[in-house]
Amino acid sequence: MNVLPRGDFRDVSLVLCGAAGQGVQTVEELLVQSLHKAGFHVFASREYMSRIRGGNNSTEIRVSRDPVNAFVDRIDLLLPLNQGVRENIRERINEGTVILGDKEELGEELSDTSGRFIDVDLLQKGRDIGGKVYVGVVAAGIVAGLFGIDKSVLYGFFEERFADREEILRKNRRAVDVGYETGGRMKEESLLEVFLPGKGSAKGTVVLTGTDAISLGAVAGGCDFVTSYPMSPATGVLTFMAEHSHRFGIAVEQAEDEIAVINLALGASYGGARPLATTSGGGLALMSEGVSLSGATELPVVIHVGQRPGPATGMATRTEQADLDLVLHMGHGEFPRAIFAPGTLEEAFYLCHRAFNLAAKYQIPVFILTDQYFLDSYYDIHPFEIGHLSIEKHLVESTVDYQRYVITEDGISPRSVPGYGKGMVGTDSHEHDADGHVQEDFHLRKAMVEKRLRKMRGLRQEAVPPTLIGPEEYENLVVAWGSTRHIVEEALERVGRDDTAVLHFAQVYPLSEDTEGYLRKARTVVAVEGNATGQLAGVIRRETGFEITERILHYTGLQISVESVIDGLRQRLS
Amino acid sequence: MDWKIYDLEDIDNQWCPGCGDFQIMEALKKALAELELAPNQVVLHSGIGQAAKMPHFMKGNFFNGLHGRSISNATGMKAANPELTVIAIGGDGDMYGEGGNHFLHTVRRNPDITNIVHNNMVYGLTKGQASPTSSIGFRTAVQTDGVFEEPFNPVAVAIAQGATFVSRAFSGYVDETKELIKRAIRHKGYALVDIFQPCVSFNKVNTHKWFRENTYFLDEAYDPSDRDAAMRKAFERAPYPLGLLYSVEGRKTFEENLACYAEDATPLYLRERKTSAVLEFIEALA
Ligand SMILES: Cc1ncc(C[n+]2csc(CCOP(=O)(O)OP(=O)(O)O)c2C)c(N)n1
Ligand SMILES: [Mg+2]
Repeated sequence: MNVLPRGDFRDVSLVLCGAAGQGVQTVEELLVQSLHKAGFHVFASREYMSRIRGGNNSTEIRVSRDPVNAFVDRIDLLLPLNQGVRENIRERINEGTVILGDKEELGEELSDTSGRFIDVDLLQKGRDIGGKVYVGVVAAGIVAGLFGIDKSVLYGFFEERFADREEILRKNRRAVDVGYETGGRMKEESLLEVFLPGKGSAKGTVVLTGTDAISLGAVAGGCDFVTSYPMSPATGVLTFMAEHSHRFGIAVEQAEDEIAVINLALGASYGGARPLATTSGGGLALMSEGVSLSGATELPVVIHVGQRPGPATGMATRTEQADLDLVLHMGHGEFPRAIFAPGTLEEAFYLCHRAFNLAAKYQIPVFILTDQYFLDSYYDIHPFEIGHLSIEKHLVESTVDYQRYVITEDGISPRSVPGYGKGMVGTDSHEHDADGHVQEDFHLRKAMVEKRLRKMRGLRQEAVPPTLIGPEEYENLVVAWGSTRHIVEEALERVGRDDTAVLHFAQVYPLSEDTEGYLRKARTVVAVEGNATGQLAGVIRRETGFEITERILHYTGLQISVESVIDGLRQRLS
Repeated sequence: MDWKIYDLEDIDNQWCPGCGDFQIMEALKKALAELELAPNQVVLHSGIGQAAKMPHFMKGNFFNGLHGRSISNATGMKAANPELTVIAIGGDGDMYGEGGNHFLHTVRRNPDITNIVHNNMVYGLTKGQASPTSSIGFRTAVQTDGVFEEPFNPVAVAIAQGATFVSRAFSGYVDETKELIKRAIRHKGYALVDIFQPCVSFNKVNTHKWFRENTYFLDEAYDPSDRDAAMRKAFERAPYPLGLLYSVEGRKTFEENLACYAEDATPLYLRERKTSAVLEFIEALA
């Protein structure tokens, strides 16, 4: 008898895989929604190839009575819907993995693994119902049966979709029934059982992706102008904003290239909009001169960067954390900026909101660094608290003698926009005087450079401090940033050391002033990063002088797993 | 309105004596004044080049941005506040070379902006290299054997891209240029005014005299709403036709197509987004 969860785990990790365009995504949605509706906490993470049809993609779904939100290598239940399961899945199969598959589809595939294979005639069942398209739904029905979800929840999913197509609806219901019976029989025949007792605590939560959280944060931050050129994995934010543009009154335009993207955004910013540009590495690189223009003109702009592996086209649908250095240094000349890297859905929402206010206040480019893993993963959370959030415009009405670039103590010149007041607003990419007119006065130049850079003082003071997770008194400190937060947290829980804490950075530039104190308190500091060179460790050294020599670096194109972090920590912590 | 209202005091004008840019600025100032537009209702966008320095020599709101990118800035500006009169000014290198892709697509996008291009068939600011509109055989320090590339035809390209207003002027004829600019500003949608402009320092071929001898005005009988005829005119070379080559009214502008203006004409900076709207949305997901 196979009983899940196995060992002392409190969740079941289920992996669905299949070819693109074969309905795997529907099965994924059906399962995640139904499990969540049934009161389970769910986490799902997708990895996919850069192709529209074929290949083999997978989704990991973790199901638990407690909140789950991190990627693991462990596969408890594998559902290979098509043959051609890729090596990255095969190598995660071990003696504890139950494989529910159909030999008619898979042949001898996977029989050479150590997983426990349960042969189910999914294809035949699908054909009996009406075709291959029902195979996935039967499989989902099996899972639902094993988890004891009420059938009506699954029916509801199809009723919403096929309300006016009686025949299709009937067949999908039938597929659910067949799967359900099959799952029930497995239990009776002592083949497989899922035992997750307890009450569902997921009531009242919502399932959101990283893309949703970023987009909603932008809306809450007053974003009213979105421009982008499609590029994975950042396109989802563009799509979200377009879908809801009428609801929130947002201008959305797909531009001809990313150079236009940043220049449309800055033009809109000059006119008083709160623009968002969303892109990935290659597109970001094209924006470099425009980012510098934001620096010179002191025009606010928020740039969301969904990272994927580079250099160049790299791996279009995969993940990495290797564009911190680019974001930090892009744009010629010297000018202030701020960079966020949310690690949770809540951080994505609140920091994106904050990014718009911060950009407006300091009149700078603000970057939000996410990655494919973060954007495409989803889990349930309690809805965001919104009541206390405000949209800060930081605009003044101009008088007849208004000057855009008045030199001030904190470096911030009161900003107006054309049409707001009796004055005029001049802005220039050249070095300029207070009116924004080009000037080659070397004393003025020096004063303007210093004025702009003085804004770093305020930005540093306002920097979001890193989050310490674990004991206040620690010997070892694990430093992480962005999307690895939950993964590192869970790894540390499993390592079970009370002398080790995690320090997670959701703002990676400028660093908050208490950073150094945290680092100096530890005997050993280990950085966990999704890149090959330790880019955050580099920022930390530059900003604080503190050198992190122990590093767990991951750059395969897939997200680092809880297990990889555990292994890395066991090797490095004495 | 007196066009001197657009004069800026204490300026250090960097154009060469005799440059056509002075006449284009005069035509623009007069056009704006005759349209009764106050300087603070006007936004001048420009890129980099001699022509693009214009906003530093006259009054108005201005955004002097990067080389090649000013029509994108202008489009964004207009989308943020459709109440203002937005004009993008630059040279042939700026608009047709570095900014060529934006030119192609801004025409399609059709924002209600006026695009003035000082077409001197040379790169002035960088001291005399060929531009996209330089004639074949034009010799420079870089094009030592003479230009061999086919000259870019902005008016034909604009018509082909679906422009709603395409015109050509010569800076030497200030009154006619002014009238054309006025029509371009009044036109709802993207309006191109390509202006032949002698560069007295670096273009010894296409001089004042040359432009006078190699241009003619379209006559009264010419119908600018006929696109096929306009396309034929656009392909004419020396003598080049001057005036309104093509125009069509009634196409929706970029701003009009944006979701934020579907029900509300208020400029974006004056709006308040209610956090309750976001709250309701998230609650609906739960
Ligand atoms: C990205 C970039 N590349 C090159 C330049 C240098 N540059 C400035 S203006 C210019 C060409 C100017 O020619 P045109 O636009 O025709 O203007 P003109 O001076 O003739 O009025 C060049 C190449 C620049 N400023 N930025
Ligand atoms: Mg030129």
